[in-house]
Amino acid sequence: MSTRLAKGGRLIDRSAALDFTFNGKRMKGFAGDTLGAALLANDQMLVGRSFKYHRPRGIVAAGPEEPNALVNLGSGARLEPNQRVTITELFDGLEATSQNHWPSLEFDVGVVNNYAARFLPAGFYYKTFIHPRPFWKHVFEPVIRQSAGLGKAPKDRDADRYEQAYAFCDLLVVGGGIAGLQAALVAGRAGARVLLLEQAAHWGGRAPVDGDVIDGKPAGEWVDEAVAALEGMENVTLRARCMAAGVYDHGYVLADEKVADHTPGDGRPKHRLWRIRAGKILTATGAIERPLSFAGNDIPGVMLAASVRDYVVNWAVSPGDRTVVVTNNDDGYRTAIALREAGLAVPAIVDARSAPAGALVEKARALGLRIEAGRGIAKVKGGKRVTSVAICLQAGEGAVIDEIACDAVAMSGGWSPVVHLWSHCGGKLTWDRVQACFRPDPGRAPLNHDGGAMVYAAGASNGEMTAAAALADATEQAGAVLAALGMKPKRAKAPVAEAVAEGPMEAVWIMPQGASVELKSKMWLDYQNDVKVSDVQLAAREGYESVEHTKRYTTLGMATDQGKLSNINGLAVLAGALNADIPQVGTTTFRPPYVPVTLGALAGEARGEIFQPLRRTPMHDWHERNGAYFEPVGLWRRPYCFPRAGETHEQAVHREVVNTRERLGLLDASTLGKIIVKGPDAGRFLDMLYTGVMSTLPVGKCRYGLMCNEQGFLSDDGVVARIDEETWLCHTTSGGADRIHAWMEDWLQCEWWDWQVFTANVTEQYAQVAVVGPNARKVLEKLGGMDVSKEALPFMTWADGTLGGFPCRVYRISFSGELSYEIAVPASHGAAFWEALHAAGAEFGAMPYGTEALHIMRAEKGFIMIGDETDGTVIPQDLNLDWAISKKKADYLGKRGQARNFLASADRWKLVGFETLDGSVIPDGSYVVAPGVNANGQGNTQGRVTSTYYSPTLKKGIAMGLLLRGPSRMGEVVEFNTVTGGTVKARVVDPVFYDKDGEKQNV
Amino acid sequence: MLLLECPYCGVKAEETELSPGYEAHLKRYGPGSTDEEFEAYMFARKNPKGVHFERWRHTYGCGKWFLAARCTATLEVFGTYPAQVGEPPAEIIEKIKARRPDWKGYK
Amino acid sequence: MSEPKSALGGAVSEGFVTIREIGPVGMITLRAKPDAAGLAKAVKAAAGTGLPEVRRIVTEGDRACGWMSPDEYLLVLPYAAVGGALEAVGKAMAGSHHLAVDVSDARAVFRVEGAKAEQVLAKLSPVDFGALATGELRRTRAAQVAAAFWKDGDGFTVVCFRSVARYVFDLLATGAKPGSELG
Ligand SMILES: [Zn+2]
Repeated sequence: MSTRLAKGGRLIDRSAALDFTFNGKRMKGFAGDTLGAALLANDQMLVGRSFKYHRPRGIVAAGPEEPNALVNLGSGARLEPNQRVTITELFDGLEATSQNHWPSLEFDVGVVNNYAARFLPAGFYYKTFIHPRPFWKHVFEPVIRQSAGLGKAPKDRDADRYEQAYAFCDLLVVGGGIAGLQAALVAGRAGARVLLLEQAAHWGGRAPVDGDVIDGKPAGEWVDEAVAALEGMENVTLRARCMAAGVYDHGYVLADEKVADHTPGDGRPKHRLWRIRAGKILTATGAIERPLSFAGNDIPGVMLAASVRDYVVNWAVSPGDRTVVVTNNDDGYRTAIALREAGLAVPAIVDARSAPAGALVEKARALGLRIEAGRGIAKVKGGKRVTSVAICLQAGEGAVIDEIACDAVAMSGGWSPVVHLWSHCGGKLTWDRVQACFRPDPGRAPLNHDGGAMVYAAGASNGEMTAAAALADATEQAGAVLAALGMKPKRAKAPVAEAVAEGPMEAVWIMPQGASVELKSKMWLDYQNDVKVSDVQLAAREGYESVEHTKRYTTLGMATDQGKLSNINGLAVLAGALNADIPQVGTTTFRPPYVPVTLGALAGEARGEIFQPLRRTPMHDWHERNGAYFEPVGLWRRPYCFPRAGETHEQAVHREVVNTRERLGLLDASTLGKIIVKGPDAGRFLDMLYTGVMSTLPVGKCRYGLMCNEQGFLSDDGVVARIDEETWLCHTTSGGADRIHAWMEDWLQCEWWDWQVFTANVTEQYAQVAVVGPNARKVLEKLGGMDVSKEALPFMTWADGTLGGFPCRVYRISFSGELSYEIAVPASHGAAFWEALHAAGAEFGAMPYGTEALHIMRAEKGFIMIGDETDGTVIPQDLNLDWAISKKKADYLGKRGQARNFLASADRWKLVGFETLDGSVIPDGSYVVAPGVNANGQGNTQGRVTSTYYSPTLKKGIAMGLLLRGPSRMGEVVEFNTVTGGTVKARVVDPVFYDKDGEKQNV
Repeated sequence: MLLLECPYCGVKAEETELSPGYEAHLKRYGPGSTDEEFEAYMFARKNPKGVHFERWRHTYGCGKWFLAARCTATLEVFGTYPAQVGEPPAEIIEKIKARRPDWKGYK
Repeated sequence: MSEPKSALGGAVSEGFVTIREIGPVGMITLRAKPDAAGLAKAVKAAAGTGLPEVRRIVTEGDRACGWMSPDEYLLVLPYAAVGGALEAVGKAMAGSHHLAVDVSDARAVFRVEGAKAEQVLAKLSPVDFGALATGELRRTRAAQVAAAFWKDGDGFTVVCFRSVARYVFDLLATGAKPGSELG
């Protein structure tokens, strides 16, 4: 059984006991524990079920490489699935539950998959669930979804908050082990701005656990001194609990800081996502131990050897009373020694090498440990826990020589440098035959914006596996980084770690070497995705030669651990099956994040009210107080309508239309774009921008204009006012102000930069109100201050003045067909002016109206709307707007595009009005059907509806749309398709449905 | 995420402060141009793997358009310069030639 | 005629730094090439300052002039003084190509005050505060919208568009919540 040792534990505080639960069972741990350590201390080795076969699984590792021990943390609004117990800090009241099992962890029905394992080989899903096709959607997928998947997505809104922050530094050091600390010391002393990140809560990495001695002191002491020295440097920032997730172009790094995972509910952000921009990046991310592939290597109790050591030394947790160590290298002996020194039994060290030698081997011998050289494990026995191992010759086929009773197995297959961050941005690797690992190739580092190396690696992550080599490498790499930054290291004595004479490791990819298929189908490569040696070999036999294809076919390395334990072993097995060299087979692509980052951190502060900027007009509060129903227009929120008690939105809209046409409507038109264009060349510039002529517009007058892109398609429209000799004010659509302003600046800066024109986007300087209806003039006259008569201010003119004491600019323009004034006042007076209009307008029947009434009224008048009648493929000529296109101008943006033969053709779909024969409203999005079918067997079309409404004014359905040669087909009856499959008949009519002569707006 | 220095205000702007404007040094073809010229101007883009000249706007900064020479494969930036030029500055051409001896020129 | 009203009516939020909406503040966008005749005179008359260097803002009492782009300046002055300043600019630059417009009402202005003020901004803007010079006017984005700020006294003055005043205020207030200090 696993248990807490009576003494020791360098990271735990025995005076601070913590209570937590696992699957409802109350357990105890100490401050400083990880959840993994605490579970083992409570003899909870079994923590989950595997993904595919639902085999019982235990804790394997002590760090982020853990593939098995994923749990649900918390509950309700703080439920987090798929949390690794090995990197979860214990806190008082922690609740964890196991996942991927039903009905219980101890008894799981899904385990039948295990007995059907030979029917679920690699590629099983691809091969099986293809035919018959309809079965996928209705049978296979629902069943698979039910049984697959780790954890459950939380249903409640996350109770925690998250944030993001930017950081900048000359050098980002990732990893707070001895290599990272030393590199940070060198760079820090040289005056570089250094940011040092460590994913764990504590500094020092492996060295203190491994018993290294630095400058004559235990590594732990050296680490404490180094951290203290770094904390004393103003130019150095240290962040523990901060995992660098990904390296991106030009020194950009994302890192996830677990600010309050271990103190939930204390009001701090749970995570903080750092967006770091580093001059150079140095990875000191260490190495990960590889499992060995022997039969039964997934039975709970089989663990990584160094992780076993971590549990003993860091947390005083013994994973088992009797631990068999199996290894192909000297480092495994450290675990045997640590166990023995903690008073635990090590029945045997099974060493695949025939003649192990070296200081650690000798030390183990001296301790009287039994060393089985040239041996391997034939099979691990046990169900939910290891009970014994059968020993065989590594060189043989698995004939059992001996069986040793034990309750834990510590395995070491050698070490793989953590090269993820090095590789994210294109850093290349080189195969190290001696250590059987991929390590960074310094000649092919990822590149920065200046073409120089962006990422450096140091220590174990650079393949320098011993403390002595890692420290020396860190000093050297930090020096190289400083040189690249144009800085010099300060002279300081480099720390030296005592060298331990280690014998060479020997690569072992399958144990025993000649294992039978039966054994190989119990050798797990990828614990999380249940991929075995036999699966990879099957893939190779079926022709999967590329490692990227094999990965997808077998799902090797595709789980949330991204194959931290399985990748090298898997590709070595593949190489063996293909009879190829490992470097020839190559690795799969490393992609961020290194460890999964919670979605909350990625969203950061962008949730709730600040999920997205919401643009408000100066009258927004009034609209809210008066019950407006809003709709988004770009990022603006505009009132769609103002429903009264008991009214539907439709009823409200109809009331607003009728009231505006009969009495007085007030529209908040502040969102309308307003751009000032000024200069000696402003007229010439606007003549290029608009299809019509703006240079001839007299001062004091307004003119409607169209803008097209270079292809000739309509992009925006609006009324232009000539302010003075050199100044025009261009109104744009509500969504278009920023886009059109940018468009203007593009042409002025990049094409006509010698033209003397300045622009300014003054959209938000003004609150604008459309005062519309037969009583419009009356209310303005009541406010008083300027002459708004037909004579003083005729249609399509403007004037400055005051109304009711407000400074304003009044435009006589109309988008409704009614007598209409659009009045701009400074935004900081907008709300007061709006209220003044309502107060003065009460006796004239004033009511606010929203965007839907606006849309209906403009459709009744046959006015087009950018985005309704246009969709990026419509030219002004399609909308019969030839009157707004100058024939005289030699050039305007879009003129050449419109001359293309397919746009100039007579066979275009052109704008007309439609009236259904039965008075109904044509469904939005309907097409006009045409005889026959196209090449795809779909019904032919000859037009489509672009705007369709019930007209409260005319009391029937009206519509505008585009129809093949439409204007020549007046009076014809066409058919629109409907949602239900039928059609509705409509007559082609003039799109101006109301006041065709424009008498009402011109009074 | 790219980092480009705005030649007008000197800010080392990250990509989120910029708007892309695609290929630089295009010559506009308007009325009177042939269909082939107009098609080439409107639609045909180099999209090279290697040295490329692009338009960028410092949208969240000074609002100015500038041009950038960079390698689309390695993301090395050879330089940025104001948009009011007909062709890339000589020193940028020189720098690219030094860094990419096989480069065939910007046209 | 009513009193001019700033977007949020002077909202305040207390966190580990204080966020205050101030204003209305008078602002003029002045567009002119740096060598335009009368520019220095116009800026002196309107803002009381000399011309700022690239990316700098020069302050004189309650007025200031900031460099916004190679041909744009931001004049900051009391709200009530805008009319007079526009007149002065027009007079100084008569016959010289320029554009001067009142943008006082198009903006919202905040003060972010306290020893850790820059930590709040560092959560919103991709700006290296370690490299931010004294008197530097930085135009950038605050989360998803355009913003500009400069260090002033014991904090920063932050300017954004009026329509997103609430968004920016909420962002700043959220970033300043106690317990979320960056160090
Ligand atoms: Zn700039």
